[in-house]
Amino acid sequence: MPELSIAEALREALREELHRDPRVFLLGEDIGVPGGFGGAFTVTLGLAEEFGRDRVRDTPISEAGIAGVAIGAAICGMRPVADVQYSDFLFNMMDQLVNQAAKLRYMSGGTLTVPMVMRAPVGATARGAQHAQSPEAFFTHVPGLKVVAPATAYDAKGLLKAAIRDDNPVLVFEHKLLYGSKGARSEKGAVSPRGEVPADDYIVPIGQGIVRRPGTDVTIVASLLMLYRALQAAEELAADGIDVEVIDPRTLVPLDTALILRSVQKTGRLVIVEEDNLTNGWGAEVAALMADDAFVWLDAPIKRVAAPDTPPPFAPILEQAYVPSVTRIVDTVRSIL
Amino acid sequence: MSNDIAESIGSTQLLAMYQRMVLARRFEETVNDLYMQGRIPSTLHLAIGQEASAVGVLSGLKAGDTVFSTHRPHAHAIAHGVSPDAMMAELMAKATGTCKGKGGSMHIGDFRLGFVPAIAIVGGNIPIAAGAALAAKLKGSDAVTVCFFGDGAANEGAWHEGLNLAAIWDLPVVFVCENNQYAASTPFREAFRIPAIADRAAAYGMPGVTVDGNDVLAVYAAAGAAIARARRGAGPTLLELLTYRLCGHSRSDPRTYRTREEEAEWQQRDPIPAFAANLVSHRFATEEQLAEIDAEVETILVQAIAYAEQSPGPALADVVYGLYA
Repeated sequence: MPELSIAEALREALREELHRDPRVFLLGEDIGVPGGFGGAFTVTLGLAEEFGRDRVRDTPISEAGIAGVAIGAAICGMRPVADVQYSDFLFNMMDQLVNQAAKLRYMSGGTLTVPMVMRAPVGATARGAQHAQSPEAFFTHVPGLKVVAPATAYDAKGLLKAAIRDDNPVLVFEHKLLYGSKGARSEKGAVSPRGEVPADDYIVPIGQGIVRRPGTDVTIVASLLMLYRALQAAEELAADGIDVEVIDPRTLVPLDTALILRSVQKTGRLVIVEEDNLTNGWGAEVAALMADDAFVWLDAPIKRVAAPDTPPPFAPILEQAYVPSVTRIVDTVRSIL
Repeated sequence: MSNDIAESIGSTQLLAMYQRMVLARRFEETVNDLYMQGRIPSTLHLAIGQEASAVGVLSGLKAGDTVFSTHRPHAHAIAHGVSPDAMMAELMAKATGTCKGKGGSMHIGDFRLGFVPAIAIVGGNIPIAAGAALAAKLKGSDAVTVCFFGDGAANEGAWHEGLNLAAIWDLPVVFVCENNQYAASTPFREAFRIPAIADRAAAYGMPGVTVDGNDVLAVYAAAGAAIARARRGAGPTLLELLTYRLCGHSRSDPRTYRTREEEAEWQQRDPIPAFAANLVSHRFATEEQLAEIDAEVETILVQAIAYAEQSPGPALADVVYGLYA
């Protein structure tokens, strides 16, 4: 089975879906310009040459336009996949995503369907406050949207394909440090989770989390880059005989609450790790759900490890202090044992 | 009245256009009464006085075309042939409404007819309409998209982005500005440094046309040219229709930001009596024929009210259904 980076796995998903379904098309800034980048992180590299620039459609810098065009095309029978260069730019399209994409089906009494995908990179990577946010939680608060966050190459391909085939607006959050550590657009500090990716057609169903490491003492829920920090923390704790179970939710909406509940019933302890600001993050929702559903199984307070409530800072040493570290995760786990 | 245009349209369609204008007017006067009686909840944004723009534009479409409307959608919907029964039921918040009671006045529509349930965020429909037009182009169909908006929308950022994308991709869309002189209470002259919104078309590289929005035949002709241009793949047009709401912005509007004299002037230009008089004087219709249509409209409205009142409300459990496909 071929080993791919996440960027390569995403590209393969797009290529397969463009082949499979003539309704699928891509749009975004700098995704297919001859001699260009293939999107900000190379995911669409080569696709314009293969499928033509009608279906791999470059746009001006026009985020509200990109989202609106995707919505309009979707309700009229197409399956657009929009490339958002940085997830921070999703805020330029908030009316389109929140008032339009998320609501058109409900407010039309079910007569409209909005099958569209927005791909958006998250994560702090020494770019300062406006190119480094992890805004998944904003969108988990909007009924009508689905939110996925693949952390492995296998999931990147399978979840993106599932998102493209879904009849609802789906936001696919990708992490800049997980695309891959090789190539012209690679990022310093990337962890490059290359993995085996089947060359054939498969999907990872939206709404299913996965246990990345089984354990009995503490449950850690973490997505994207934080998943890898949690797995490292689990290794360190294992050296002291602490057996950590690590869950990757993979989808934030709809959340696989049952999987997390089963784990917490077993371990009695829960730590949630997110790269976003602490207050009102998706971790707070997981904590509230488990306070409701797992109350009698809990042996310790639920803890969250998250960024402080500030914008992402630029200075690399400040950014390191901002993004939850393996050490913070280890210390938090120890604090509830 | 432009006789050539009327001749080309022919008596049958002229009378159909008259019927839609009267139906739109009487529908809105009727729902206004029902609102005052407490039989319709919420608020209403009426388009009384703007019927010529709705009917003039939409009479030029064909099956398969797509229409986008605004928070002021009743006249557009009637002009496009959306069922008055289902519209009345929606306004009365019934399960048989166009949106099963989930939409209300500001989201009236019927997508089976290509009329997208109306989008009530000012300017929000513009890039979506560009996307609908892109879908037609990618599918290789000759369908055209028409997108209505008011003068207020032309100062939204989404308006700029939508027009630019439509222009650079030669999309088959007609952007129809119903310039009724006021964005809610804000006069046009306070919000624009230019004399006409159509002037902005040049900035996007598309034709811009300003016409008398109260002359249904002038609207029909100008919209027809823009629709034909879109249908043959030549790209979008910005069409500005000068008109006036002969009513307040919404139900709570005392209209103290404009003078009664100005209103009286525009009342003289009410598009419906003008069209009726011209139809008769140019012998496209008799007064008896028009009176018959007027009576028929009343029957349609009585039926619509009865249908809506006899319809069930939505089941309470429906509040959580219909969000995801």
